[in-house]
Amino acid sequence: MLTFDHKALSQSLFGAFLAGLSRAITGVIPIWVGSAPSERQRIYFANHASHGDFILLSSCLRPEDRARTRAVAGADYWRKGRLRRFLSGYLLRTVLVERNWVERSQDPMAVMLDALERGESLIFFPEGTRNMTEEPILRFRSGLYNLAAARPDVELVPCWIENMSRVLPKGAFLPVPLLCRVIFGAPIALTPGEDRKDFLHRAQNALLGLRSQTNGEQE
Amino acid sequence: MSEMSRLFVGLMAVLVTASLVAGILSWRSPKPLSSTLVNLNVRIRAWWVMIAAMSIAFLFGEGGVIILFALVSFAALREYVTLTHTRRSDHWVLLGMFLVIVPLQYYLVWIDWYGLYSIFIPVYCFLAMPALTALWGDTSRFLERISEQQWGIMLSVYCISHVPALVTLDIPGNNGRGLLLIAFLIATVQGSDVLQYIFGKLFGKHRISPNVSPSKTWEGLIGGILSASLLGAGLFWLTPFSPVEAGALAALACIMGFLGGLVASAIKRDRGVKDWGHMIEGHGGMLDRTDSLVFAAPVFFHIIRYAWT
Repeated sequence: MLTFDHKALSQSLFGAFLAGLSRAITGVIPIWVGSAPSERQRIYFANHASHGDFILLSSCLRPEDRARTRAVAGADYWRKGRLRRFLSGYLLRTVLVERNWVERSQDPMAVMLDALERGESLIFFPEGTRNMTEEPILRFRSGLYNLAAARPDVELVPCWIENMSRVLPKGAFLPVPLLCRVIFGAPIALTPGEDRKDFLHRAQNALLGLRSQTNGEQE
Repeated sequence: MSEMSRLFVGLMAVLVTASLVAGILSWRSPKPLSSTLVNLNVRIRAWWVMIAAMSIAFLFGEGGVIILFALVSFAALREYVTLTHTRRSDHWVLLGMFLVIVPLQYYLVWIDWYGLYSIFIPVYCFLAMPALTALWGDTSRFLERISEQQWGIMLSVYCISHVPALVTLDIPGNNGRGLLLIAFLIATVQGSDVLQYIFGKLFGKHRISPNVSPSKTWEGLIGGILSASLLGAGLFWLTPFSPVEAGALAALACIMGFLGGLVASAIKRDRGVKDWGHMIEGHGGMLDRTDSLVFAAPVFFHIIRYAWT
């Protein structure tokens, strides 16, 4: 049966709108240093300090790749209130994971693997929450390791997001226009026999390594 | 033919010649092309876009030029603030710079309120911005933050707004020709940048200040400013000035422009970046292209205001 897929259309229009908006405000350009745009299934993992992060990152992807890429976000935040539910469920298609151990009804891993099973790429923030400290990055949670172990065929691409936390800091509603960049590094993979801690440490360093290639950012 | 059309035809001739020369050079030189030649081609292509944008703005008259320079200020301020130290507590002041100060300053130029647009930033914003920052209560690196904000707003908003403000000058016998004066300033200052680049590439040997900018040479500076002054004298028909006066004002604007470029280079050096941004391909950011205009415009404006009105 042929039906008009209004959901897919509004998602791609909204995606294009957000990408245009983030480009107009931040002049963002993607810098591919260790990888190139590709149709391969990927997990883009990035530093996280602002709600704008996943919008900025997806605006750096080609429209066809953007259409197949979904951001992983906290269900506790995005299921609160009708507007957020509408945004995350209908327009942004975020993969919502429940971060709260005790009360959760769905296993976050199952939800993410489900999306990967459907051939989708993910935007993933391995720190698990927004970084509000002065440190460049927080300790990675195990999620990235579990994903890498479960789906070794999916490329893990580190993406350093520069300046977005200054554009839209926590609690801010209006963005300050500042130039942003997203630096895409070389994919990393779990090596046979590598344990969780070593892998997460390596992934963290791969991400931090991109930071030193940036210029102009203070601190 | 009106002066503006004559200027436009002249610019087209220059651009076509530049594209032809660059094309022949690229065609005859060994492949792959040297980085200088690649950069030259990209720069010329960007000039086509910039001239097109300016032509459209001038077609819309005074309002078009004011809007164009408000956007230039916006882009320049964005590049500048990106390189400064900001803290989370600066959010509202920074938003105010972009959403209040930029539009208000250009609105004041638009309604021709000289008494306010000439002091709005150096008096009111100068005092209000640190006051707001202090009220917010975050004193970490306070002096550095407020000084950088002040400098950014002066550089990218106040100074640049003096380009469109030229139309508000009431020069006797020059009614309705304010836009031509703007075209004169832009043509000579940007022409001087290009001529300094050409003279520097062809004859440059002795660096003026190797610590600040490796590409600025005495040969480029002297050749560029002399030729740009001649260009200014040759464009006197755009202005209410005699050829000698036009040449002298062009020389002054070009020297100011050179100093602007030097200061901008020093800031970039201090912050460890090569370009302000990546907005204009081959040139860098908006401030890379307008740093000379930033220094030239207010001085050009006030000399004319003092001596001719």
